[in-house]
Amino acid sequence: MSLRDPLAAVRGLGSAKSGTGHWLSQRITAVALLPLSLWFLVAAFGLGEYADARSFLAQPLNAVLSAALVACLFYHAQLGLQVVIEDYVHVRWLEIGLQIAVQFIAFLAALASLLAVVRIVLGS
Amino acid sequence: MSTPSSGSRRPLSPFMLGPYYRPQLTSMLSILHRATGVALSAGALGFAWWLLAVAAGPEQHAMFASIARSIPGIVLTLAFVFSLSYHWFNGLRHLLWDVGWGFELPRAYATGWAVVALASLTTLGIGWAIFAARSAP
Repeated sequence: MSLRDPLAAVRGLGSAKSGTGHWLSQRITAVALLPLSLWFLVAAFGLGEYADARSFLAQPLNAVLSAALVACLFYHAQLGLQVVIEDYVHVRWLEIGLQIAVQFIAFLAALASLLAVVRIVLGS
Repeated sequence: MSTPSSGSRRPLSPFMLGPYYRPQLTSMLSILHRATGVALSAGALGFAWWLLAVAAGPEQHAMFASIARSIPGIVLTLAFVFSLSYHWFNGLRHLLWDVGWGFELPRAYATGWAVVALASLTTLGIGWAIFAARSAP
């Protein structure tokens, strides 16, 4: 299923060809992050002790929502940083280097976080 | 002033920060949304660090907790709380614009001040709760 208006295909996609997809992904992850971040702040506040944090994350529902939060968060952050770099960094090699670095770091951090949640659930 | 990036000599409108425009609530909140977004990206790495520390075991978690509870850690946490509060409320404002609501100037200013008030109150509330939890035995 696509959320794209077919009118876009009729009129042509515009100069960059992929701007609408980026814009939509940014908005959809934003819509997901509003309740997910609120849930986490309320549910996880006061988890200062190791045992409390561990048992909280080991609960299946908390683990699933935390994993969803991590995935949406790093995707949303990468999309946002991409636009900031495009707008303000005008030294070409630096711009490309930063874009690649942001993608690598966001992807690695998301993977490591998801693996951490899996390890906590499995108790290893 | 912004400069053309592609070698063309066409004039561009000036960047919003600088001597060209009077500061406006709307433009200041706009740049603050980006600034808090960049700050929250760093905060996201802190969140990942917390998850990894919990997965790694008590010693790693104790190291994370001792850094988070230090004075620089508290300052960073409060900056994170403000950034999240502001970006959350102003992000909601952006999503309302995206569905076509609130573009009229009086409404854009009203929702702007509402975001400032809500983000400030939320930051003060969560900040107070952190200090209360920290000073509790």
